[in-house]
Amino acid sequence: MTKLKPWISLSGIGVFAVLLLVIAPLVLSDHWLNNVGKYCCWAIAAVGIGFAWGRGGMLVMGQGVFFALGAYSMAMHLTLETAGDQVPGFMVLYDPLAPLPAFWEPFRSTGFTLLAIVLLPVVVAGILGYALFKRRVKGAYFAILTQALAVALATLISSTIRETGGDTGLSDFKYFFGFVLNDPANKVMVYSIAAALLIVCLLAVWQFYRSRFGELLVATRDAEERVRFLGYDPANVKLVAFVVSALMASIGGAMFVPIVGIITPAEIGAAASILMIAGVALGGRASLFGPALGAMAVGWGQSSLGSTWPDGWTYVLGLLFIVVILFLPQGLSSLPARFAALRRRPTVQPTPAIAAAQLEEVRS
Amino acid sequence: MTAASLVVTDLRVEFSGFVAVGGVSFDAHPGEVRFLIGPNGAGKTTCIDAITGLTRGTGSARLGEQELLGKQVHKIVRLGVGRTFQTASIFDELTVLQNLDIAAGLHRSSVSLLRARRGIDPSIERAVDETGLAGELATQAGILSHGQKQWLEIAMLLVQDAKVLLLDEPVAGMSHDERTATGELLQRIAAERIVLVVEHDMDFMRRFATRVTVLHQGKVLSQGTVAEVQADPKVQEVYLGTAGAATTAAMAVVPEPVAETLKLTED
Ligand SMILES: Nc1ncnc2c1ncn2[C@@H]1O[C@H](COP(=O)(O)OP(=O)(O)O)[C@@H](O)[C@H]1O
Ligand SMILES: [Mg+2]
Repeated sequence: MTKLKPWISLSGIGVFAVLLLVIAPLVLSDHWLNNVGKYCCWAIAAVGIGFAWGRGGMLVMGQGVFFALGAYSMAMHLTLETAGDQVPGFMVLYDPLAPLPAFWEPFRSTGFTLLAIVLLPVVVAGILGYALFKRRVKGAYFAILTQALAVALATLISSTIRETGGDTGLSDFKYFFGFVLNDPANKVMVYSIAAALLIVCLLAVWQFYRSRFGELLVATRDAEERVRFLGYDPANVKLVAFVVSALMASIGGAMFVPIVGIITPAEIGAAASILMIAGVALGGRASLFGPALGAMAVGWGQSSLGSTWPDGWTYVLGLLFIVVILFLPQGLSSLPARFAALRRRPTVQPTPAIAAAQLEEVRS
Repeated sequence: MTAASLVVTDLRVEFSGFVAVGGVSFDAHPGEVRFLIGPNGAGKTTCIDAITGLTRGTGSARLGEQELLGKQVHKIVRLGVGRTFQTASIFDELTVLQNLDIAAGLHRSSVSLLRARRGIDPSIERAVDETGLAGELATQAGILSHGQKQWLEIAMLLVQDAKVLLLDEPVAGMSHDERTATGELLQRIAAERIVLVVEHDMDFMRRFATRVTVLHQGKVLSQGTVAEVQADPKVQEVYLGTAGAATTAAMAVVPEPVAETLKLTED
């Protein structure tokens, strides 16, 4: 059974891939396909959150930061591609002679942009994670710190309207690496890239979970000190998971831009970061599919309920969140296992191990 | 081959002014089951904490030529110093095999960590045979019996090929048969490794110790073979409470060693 399980998950990813890459483009309207593409982007970030939080125990409340690194890298490139030789329109709005800010210049290059999408989050998360984990910052402090960074970055972008577009954000992209974005065929292509990247991220996490590193990560989550006394530096273990989750957030952000057509600080700030977490918690943070499916469900709720009943949607989401946290701390994906356990064993048996450990503590 | 010894010299640990360990010296060599005993609060655990880098101590703790004090916890482990804790601390959610595999991963390359496990390390097979856990490889560690958990911890150190095993009250809460099994296990392990056992179970100490150091209020009270230590009037005073209000107070906190002693005299 335990031997078989990874392969069952793998075929699950296969089914998911067929659904997203083959069935969805056939049956969905352009509008809905675009929506699903958007959910895929959030799902990519969510897969990373599931890895860092569900398996690694790090409550990453500021994934908006890394989402932004990918999104704004991509958006700057697409803006420059659209502007051609000229300075982007919004910059000239305030000062007709405004030069292109120096940090925009390298984003003309396709290679640099793609490299930035991958390397920026790795470097930033690497430095940040190293500083935090080596100092053994964890729990609520870690969560608050990452959240504060998301707020800070959103504020910075809002306040630098000439350089980054401010609250209006970056939008009106016409081309995507040479392809006309308005063309329906190209839209399907962009969607397919996002869906394929989601599948790749799921495969990566699948391999991580079944690897020795996955076991080590869970061990670090549950008993960090013990891992230290087995000769590992838990900081390094956590750092790897944190960097991977940052990279996934950045990839999600990068694909969000051509699909949605606009990126603003609202998509990366505190509220957006928490919404990413909410989807993961709903779906089941430690499971393989939970984070992705949860994020897609929240995304779907937002575009259907959220557009017809914007006030109510927030309450529905909040209520759902509370109910799941209270009654299903392992998320909706733990429902089947729960039912199976209920059928097999109607009564919950107490764990003598815990009692023994407590006894020990009292005696020592 | 002359294997390295663990030599602790003038070890001192203070907790904001309170001297928990005040200049303790002892040594331990491969081939002996070394015991560190003393009433509760004597500073036994703190000694181990200092040697393993968990708390800061001054003085010296050398393994062969290597000074251990001042090094980071995981680096000390990599030098071959392993420990267990008073409360069994294994990864409850993982299986016995996974627990052991994580321990065995210490000397693996980072790249091999990214692969799934195929088969079972020979070191793991040897360790589970030694500790009697061979039938439990697929069992979730959290549901092992109390004794088995302690053995799993010891097996994890064996898998790591630790040169020094510092065991903090390994038989606490065990049945008599489990204690015997553990004692015999420790004797086998000690043939090639340094084994230092912290205990306040006197019966267990008498049966398995080759040399004993008695700590009391952060200082070495007595040192020698079991017979020598038992004959020491200072030790009798602390353990049997023939004098001193301070000692009776210490005993009130931990009646267990006394109870054990009494039981033994009845046998
Ligand atoms: N982290 C700590 N902070 C303050 N005092 C401590 C700490 N750890 C241990 N002590 C004190 O040091 C003394 C020795 O404790 P310990 O080494 O645990 O004793 P033992 O293991 O011999 O029972 C006790 O008085 C204990 O209260
Ligand atoms: Mg102790």
